[in-house]
Amino acid sequence: MRRLIPALILLLPTMVLASGGIELQKANNDISDKASLQVGAKLFVNYCMGCHSAKYVRFQRIGKDLGLNDDEVQENLMFTAEKIGETMTIAMNGDDANKWFGVIPPDLSVIARARGTDWLYSYLLSFYLDPSRPMGVNNLVFKDVGMPHVLWEQQGWQKPVYETITDKDGHSHEVIKSLALVDEADQEKAEQYKKDMRHLVNFLDYIGEPAKLERHSLGWKVLLFLFIFLMFALALKKEYWRDIH
Amino acid sequence: MDKILTASLEWVDTRFPLTKMWNEHLAQYYAPKNFNMWYYFGSLALVLLVLQIFTGIFLAVNYKPDATMAFASVEHIMRDIDYGWLIRYMHSTGASFFFIVIYLHMFRALLYGSYKKPRELLWIIGMFIYACLMAESFLGYLLPWGQMSFWGAQVIISLFGAIPYVGEDLAVWIRGDYVIGDATLNRFFVYHVVLVPILLLALAAVHIIALHEVGSNNPDGIEIKKNKDPKTGIPLDGIPFHPYYTVKDIVGVTVFLILFCTVIFYAPEMGGYFLEHNNFFPADPMKTPEHIEPSWYFTPFYAILRAVPDKFLGVIAMGASIVVLFFLPWLDRSPVKSIRYKGWIFKMALGLFIVSFFGLAYLGMQPSTPIKTNFAQIFTTMYFAFFLLMPWYSKIDKTKPVPERVTD
Repeated sequence: MRRLIPALILLLPTMVLASGGIELQKANNDISDKASLQVGAKLFVNYCMGCHSAKYVRFQRIGKDLGLNDDEVQENLMFTAEKIGETMTIAMNGDDANKWFGVIPPDLSVIARARGTDWLYSYLLSFYLDPSRPMGVNNLVFKDVGMPHVLWEQQGWQKPVYETITDKDGHSHEVIKSLALVDEADQEKAEQYKKDMRHLVNFLDYIGEPAKLERHSLGWKVLLFLFIFLMFALALKKEYWRDIH
Repeated sequence: MDKILTASLEWVDTRFPLTKMWNEHLAQYYAPKNFNMWYYFGSLALVLLVLQIFTGIFLAVNYKPDATMAFASVEHIMRDIDYGWLIRYMHSTGASFFFIVIYLHMFRALLYGSYKKPRELLWIIGMFIYACLMAESFLGYLLPWGQMSFWGAQVIISLFGAIPYVGEDLAVWIRGDYVIGDATLNRFFVYHVVLVPILLLALAAVHIIALHEVGSNNPDGIEIKKNKDPKTGIPLDGIPFHPYYTVKDIVGVTVFLILFCTVIFYAPEMGGYFLEHNNFFPADPMKTPEHIEPSWYFTPFYAILRAVPDKFLGVIAMGASIVVLFFLPWLDRSPVKSIRYKGWIFKMALGLFIVSFFGLAYLGMQPSTPIKTNFAQIFTTMYFAFFLLMPWYSKIDKTKPVPERVTD
């Protein structure tokens, strides 16, 4: 019982997700957290870049924004690319990918802007075993996805928990209520996995729009100037309009 | 120093009517003194036109109108060009703000009868500007070459195909190909950066010239030229545009910039309305998105299109919903201009019109269902009723007496 309660708490988000069908879990990531972005970057180059490129993103820019010098970037993030100014391209060729996965893995440069961070976070947490699929897995938020669960060793396998619902016409059918770990011993691992996925989503959010860091810090300065300018503009208007009745 | 300046000005004035133009359009252009906040939107529209042109020039320098490079070149601007993101957001946010400002500018005309005699032509020129603006934004929307760019253009161009006999050929002629592709992108780029901007600038100049010929209307709908000072010939309720309205418009522009910059720096996507999420997927002719919707500023007309079951009749209805606006000066038979002196019938009609416009705008963003289509049909009827019944209800409406001089 003592073990079961934390397990239930852990599963709460997945239950909410499943009961709503498409209800997404909140990513709650923070792109100003550089440590988190660094972890995310490392996860990205190690696990995602086998198949996915981020061809608009330059290593050098990542280094600059994440507080890493060129050597650190070379050492930790660059395995195949040679020059620091290069973008995050991959060697896998599209025709091969199509043969292997039935689809070319999309470039992930702006995926966070297209899908949203909550969707990405939920997607990464929602793989489950499904023997009917070629890769043996399916996904709750992206039905019949071509991608295998690359990070299964980090999370542990999940299996669907079904419930029977009756629709308006009186037909009853089974739907997935939630996901549960196949092996309960993976609990701790799964918890760490969620943290890692938050870092990964954070990194994807950052590469989606590196200028976001800059625009938030420039914005208030511009607005402050405009507010001060407005006071002068109002005073000028008042002075001129004094004689209009 | 003063002598040199005066001499230089004289030199210019004998060769070009500089002082004359300055006086005619600014220093001795007498505007009614009772403008309220609705009168900021004209100057704001001008600010936006200039802003769009300048940011557009910067973007065009780095953008590539090529189907294989367009999407990447936008990301290049967003990432590798210094402050490219700022220029791009100014342009994309500027497009949406342009429509907000123009809609409010047009609504002002509706409130105070600014389209009525002697300003019919001024209104019609303005309507042409609005039509050009719609064309300009539609053309520009293809350029980022995302999924919504591609499929939005696909839907709109296919509408031309609904025209009997010539439709299909016309659609091919517009696309420059049997499908939307590189040829379409290239020509849309040229229309977007050369053709339509020239038309817009020329029409904006003509709009201002026409305005300064007839003089500005005001919230009371009183012709200030009827009450002139017998000695000077200056309208008693008029004040020189410069300096009074220039200093006032600086306040308006600053408030506008505060709102504009808040969006640029803190919400450039505006929750997917100003920059749609789906448009961050590169254009893919093989993958039709589940739900295609136009930009928010077109959704009322898109809802009218979908409200009509027959495609061709839908296109006609959509076109008519814009064309009917051109005839507004002759549909309004009320003896007074301003809503201040109009009766309850007009006020109610205007209220219903606002409801129908927002209702249609909302429905145009939603995937259609039978119930939503029914609502769209009701709102479409309300939209057209506002205009087509106007000759009747504006005539029988009980108006209040209009004062001789403007009120505060």
